[in-house]
Amino acid sequence: MELDVDIEKQHGKFRFSAAFSLSLQRCGVFGPSGSGKSTLMHLLSGLLVPDRGKICLAGKTLYDAGAGVNIPPEQRRIGVVFQHAHLFPHMNVRRNLFYGWRRTENSERRIAPESLIKVLNLDHLLDRGVNRLSGGERQRVALGRTVLACPRLILMDEPLTGLDEELKYQIIPYLKKALDEFNIPLLFISHSLREMRLMTDEVLVFRDGTLQAQMTTENLARSGMATTGGGYANMFKLGPPRQVGDLWSYPFGENSLVLTEEDGNGDRLFELDARDIVLFKGRPEATSARNLLSCKVVDIFRFNNRVGVELDCRGMRLVAQIVPESVLELGIEKGVEVVAVIKASSFRRVV
Amino acid sequence: MDTFFNLTTQDTHAIWLSIKVACGATLVATPLGFAAAYLLVFSKLPAKSLIEGLINLPLVLPPVVVGYLLLLLFGQSGFFGSLLQSADIRIIFTLSGAVLASVVVGFPLMVRAIRIGMEGIDHNCLMAARTLGAGWWDTLMTITLPLSGRAILAGMTLMFARSLGEFGATIILAGNIPGVTQTIPLAIYEYTNTPGGDRMALNLCLVSIILSFAILMLSEAVARSMKRS
Repeated sequence: MELDVDIEKQHGKFRFSAAFSLSLQRCGVFGPSGSGKSTLMHLLSGLLVPDRGKICLAGKTLYDAGAGVNIPPEQRRIGVVFQHAHLFPHMNVRRNLFYGWRRTENSERRIAPESLIKVLNLDHLLDRGVNRLSGGERQRVALGRTVLACPRLILMDEPLTGLDEELKYQIIPYLKKALDEFNIPLLFISHSLREMRLMTDEVLVFRDGTLQAQMTTENLARSGMATTGGGYANMFKLGPPRQVGDLWSYPFGENSLVLTEEDGNGDRLFELDARDIVLFKGRPEATSARNLLSCKVVDIFRFNNRVGVELDCRGMRLVAQIVPESVLELGIEKGVEVVAVIKASSFRRVV
Repeated sequence: MDTFFNLTTQDTHAIWLSIKVACGATLVATPLGFAAAYLLVFSKLPAKSLIEGLINLPLVLPPVVVGYLLLLLFGQSGFFGSLLQSADIRIIFTLSGAVLASVVVGFPLMVRAIRIGMEGIDHNCLMAARTLGAGWWDTLMTITLPLSGRAILAGMTLMFARSLGEFGATIILAGNIPGVTQTIPLAIYEYTNTPGGDRMALNLCLVSIILSFAILMLSEAVARSMKRS
């Protein structure tokens, strides 16, 4: 996407201002509630008019206070997926899905409805009334409805917040698949770091209505180390496992990881806290931990009295969190070989 | 008992007039009521409470007062009266007068009913429609109007029923002219003022009850079918 924004809006006592430009395909807006995330979404989609400034998307000016340009929401072709699905209650699933499609010019229709319906797994629901759908189904219909309008950008305002954990991570693959398949840029709004990491590559961090920072999602995740109680979680997909004794072995790059968790056949998403990785110089003689991985240090970054060590384990990346003293004692620097030791029970399954 | 349900020609005229007035008033008031309710629910006008007060005024004023004010406005020397006269339209002492009186008196009830339904519409649905490419008019016709359907029906029922019973404003603005403006309530009023007219009055009361009941049943049936679809 090519999104250039420089806007201000006074909304009662709340003051919103932001100036940024985004170029990656999947970006996020991150911040606590009340930080202006939803205001930004409304301003971009045209549902709220800025006091001054400029909004340009892919070379087209959507709003320019100086030139008196303000394209109404129905002509902006910016899709919005709201926190709650907000399906039209008097229409069935099919009519909801095609509401935007019918209002899209033939030349703009670059999405095949059949394949989208298949991707979102909605075939069997088409003739159902929307009041008889589960939360996850509703959100999938809302997503399909927005994608079928063939937008030039999709804004998602905490689309997963109302869903339970299980459902949330079931929907994410659908989301990604739909956006990838039809090549639609995404601006994903959330206060959940985990969702952000799963959905985006770059983030805008908002606080109290102002843009605080623009960084890669990975750096946002790493900065979590600086906060009290926070940390960094390694996230990776593993699967399918092979049983080894009463544990499970998952392929991990050229290595394999031994976990206490077993789960079916498909790829599963696991989290590993950076603090649960212990680094050794040379292989320890004996340890209760089941995973010993030889790695090379690729990068070192420091937040206060915590140090993140990025490791290359034969093609797979891991980040371990240690303290500066350990860095000195182990002589850790870029290029040094270390052994990462991880307990089989340290992995947490997300999906 | 054979004379019990003997309606005179004047009575059948009154019944037909009542139905005409109620239908006319409902038809005229529905689009206006929808517009007024829309304005009150969705607009950000600064004078909103003033408009609301004006619309609700006939609900608290005695219908006779409403009728008298209408007579002043639409009479030959009134503001609208003289305006309409130049177009050769007369309101007072005509069927149009009876319809106008019913519209004004029943309007607050209708707006109130539609408004309650409209307030239940999720604003985010309207915003979603806009972002999906539907303009203001499109959104109004495909989202707001269908979602207000049941409320509009309720408002129409109230309007129709209120028009059937309208008396005070009608007698002042349209008079009590048999065959022209004499609706059922006015005919009943005349019978009660005539010695020996009790039975005739009762006949019309019965007709009135049957009509109102039929309307309520019809409205319920339509509402049920709307809910199903």
